[in-house]
Amino acid sequence: MDFRFSEEQTMTADVVRELLNDVCQPADLRRLMGDGAARDEERWAKIVEMGLAGALVAEGKGGLGLSAIDFVQIAEACGYAGLPEPLVENAGVALPLLAAFSENARVAALLERALAGEVTVTVAHPANPFVADGDTAEAVLVVRDGAMHLVETAKATLVAQASVDPFRRLFTVEFEPSDATLVAGADEAGVPLAAALDRGALFAAAQMQGIAQRCVDLGVAYAKERQQFGKPIGSYQAVKHHLATAQVKIEFARPVLHAAAAQLEQGDLYSRARISQAKLACTDAADVAARTSIQVHGAMGYSWEVDVHFFLKRGIALTNWWGGTAFHRERVAARVFARPLGPEHTFAREA
Amino acid sequence: MDLDYTDEQQAFRQEVRSWLEKHVPGKPLPSFDASREGFEAHRAWERVLAEGRWGMVTWPESYGGRGLDLIQWLIFEEEYYRAGAPLRVNQNGIFLLGPTLMEYGTDEQKARFLTSMASGDEIWAQAWSEPQAGSDLASVRATAVLEGDEYVLKGHKIWSSRAVFADWAFGLFRTDPASQRHKGLSLIFFPLNASGVRVQAIPQIDGETGFAEIFLDDVRVPAFNRLGGEGEGWNICMATAGFERGLMLRSPARFQVAARKLVELYKAHEAEVEPTVKAAVLQSWMDAEAYALSIYATASRLAAGGHIGAEASTNKIFWSEMDIAMHKAALSILGARAELLRSAPEAGDIGRWLDGYFFSLAGPIYAGSNEIQRNIIAERMLGLPRA
Ligand SMILES: Cc1cc2nc3c(=O)[nH]c(=O)nc-3n(C[C@H](O)[C@H](O)[C@H](O)COP(=O)(O)OP(=O)(O)OC[C@H]3O[C@@H](n4cnc5c(N)ncnc54)[C@H](O)[C@@H]3O)c2cc1C
Repeated sequence: MDFRFSEEQTMTADVVRELLNDVCQPADLRRLMGDGAARDEERWAKIVEMGLAGALVAEGKGGLGLSAIDFVQIAEACGYAGLPEPLVENAGVALPLLAAFSENARVAALLERALAGEVTVTVAHPANPFVADGDTAEAVLVVRDGAMHLVETAKATLVAQASVDPFRRLFTVEFEPSDATLVAGADEAGVPLAAALDRGALFAAAQMQGIAQRCVDLGVAYAKERQQFGKPIGSYQAVKHHLATAQVKIEFARPVLHAAAAQLEQGDLYSRARISQAKLACTDAADVAARTSIQVHGAMGYSWEVDVHFFLKRGIALTNWWGGTAFHRERVAARVFARPLGPEHTFAREA
Repeated sequence: MDLDYTDEQQAFRQEVRSWLEKHVPGKPLPSFDASREGFEAHRAWERVLAEGRWGMVTWPESYGGRGLDLIQWLIFEEEYYRAGAPLRVNQNGIFLLGPTLMEYGTDEQKARFLTSMASGDEIWAQAWSEPQAGSDLASVRATAVLEGDEYVLKGHKIWSSRAVFADWAFGLFRTDPASQRHKGLSLIFFPLNASGVRVQAIPQIDGETGFAEIFLDDVRVPAFNRLGGEGEGWNICMATAGFERGLMLRSPARFQVAARKLVELYKAHEAEVEPTVKAAVLQSWMDAEAYALSIYATASRLAAGGHIGAEASTNKIFWSEMDIAMHKAALSILGARAELLRSAPEAGDIGRWLDGYFFSLAGPIYAGSNEIQRNIIAERMLGLPRA
């Protein structure tokens, strides 16, 4: 029993954090928004160079063979930076799902290019009403009647659905299912799809954790600087307590998130409940932190000028992405009401 | 990260479990706050624990412990609560003073005090607060003046838990009468039956005694009873407080067992309760789990040589607020029965939830109020300026 990250895990996350700190500041986001672009190609190229695309794909299939616990802090860093590019969705969810069907020749060919970072793939999962980043993805994995299809985005009808988050590119997808698009029948698709949902929810939670911390950090920086009544507002107790309350939420969401990542591979009722718990806890932390940060910023917080709104909006989006509150609470209930409870079952797995 | 117990840890759990199964009293003991009889019954239980060398498993064997690490301590606590074993009457000693003594005490002091603490022969009270020094603990006025090789203690301590029946107290005193605030304070031990000590019980919100005032009128104790150097009392007390808030005072199992009982209560009354209660019940379970996971993370870090930092303050806020929320959820399930005292024929087990609710209300006050903890988080963790 050891709850610490390995040095390697921390180092990898640090490298990503540093890169994002260099190339993904709010000023960069604003520039991108001004251009109306979905991606900063230069930034994306740097991310791709790090070789992370295949992070979660098995080594035998050409990936790095990392596990969720190796990737979770990277996803946190993406949330913290408000990264617009689909590192989390592509490397964290889409490619492992794609790799599950790599016996198929079309899939294998696409996977190879995706692992090399030449193209991205996106997923239209039944858990989500839309597909993200459809315009920049080469292909989309879509489910029809439980079966898995792979469709080139050029051959599908994508209808843009504007999101409150300026960097989310959402679409509805229409396509003609055929033998040519079919990748796997419902029997084979079920398990990989469930795993994709778990990864999606886990890494959405991780991004929420990053978003929450970013909101508090923005609030703290402002509270140190902004003066009223001749003192920094951060010296007033009411302001301090707002921020401290948000930080407590963050502190107690983090170990749940990390435990969920460490247990994801179990793929059982216990690990699913833990992932759902992480999604709920991180979502709550992000919600409290974003609202707190806006409050601490005063009217500035309600303005376009202050950066908090980027994180608030990403938070609104991710709250229901890969399952909303009711969905995840029911998964927790399934564990709580059907399996033994108590301290000796904290790290339980299905026998 | 490896969230599986080792074989050794599993074996340890089994060992604890089977020992507790044989030794935990079949009937709950009477409260240690309400009567001398209850207190002594708990002391007797501490002795049983000590005979099995379960008094304090993390202590070195030479002081009656087993030299185990914090993960094993957590496992021990889990089994302890799972077995429904009695609350620890000597928690001030073993959880607060003990670790501090281990760090700051001389070998002679450790030999003198630790073994009798682990055995339950000497049960301790904490005498820090004063009528004018609660949150502002640095304003304590009680004095300890060195005369020859004895300190003479004078002053008025208050809210001292279990002082009514306890044997010893560790107090914060001004050893330099001219000093201000955090300077010139020392941590000194005194026997509660020493001449010049008067202990006055204070009834608590539920009518039980629980805590007390201590009046000290020229109480003489040997200089040997000072822990750490003269004038170092504040830093030592803060180390104790960190331990108290951070880890020892509330190990997670207590809340996990409470959450399990809450789920059982909910299942028994599911048909009658409004749907929002279900969410509160699930949240209680999730909070208890989150707390446990967080403490495991802290224990892993400490076991590898880390130190308790400001997370001590986040822990204190989290468990105290969780405790209230859990009990409120229970009371809302009980509905109109919630007001029944334990003595009511219809009460059954209900009164325990009401007692627990009362006690949960003290959580945000003792061990440093939550307002003070939020100040600490804001200033030391987030770096906000002091007022
Ligand atoms: C059940 C129980 C057991 C206890 N056991 C012990 C014991 O064994 N030994 C011992 O020494 N003491 C004990 N205490 C005392 C406890 O440590 C104090 O009650 C606590 O430190 C608060 O001090 P106070 O009661 O004087 O309240 P005060 O300090 O008067 O505070 C009253 C209110 O004002 C708030 N407040 C005070 N200062 C500030 C500030 N700067 N900013 C914001 N808010 C502030 C507080 O948070 C609180 O809400 C116990 C208390 C309880 C309830």
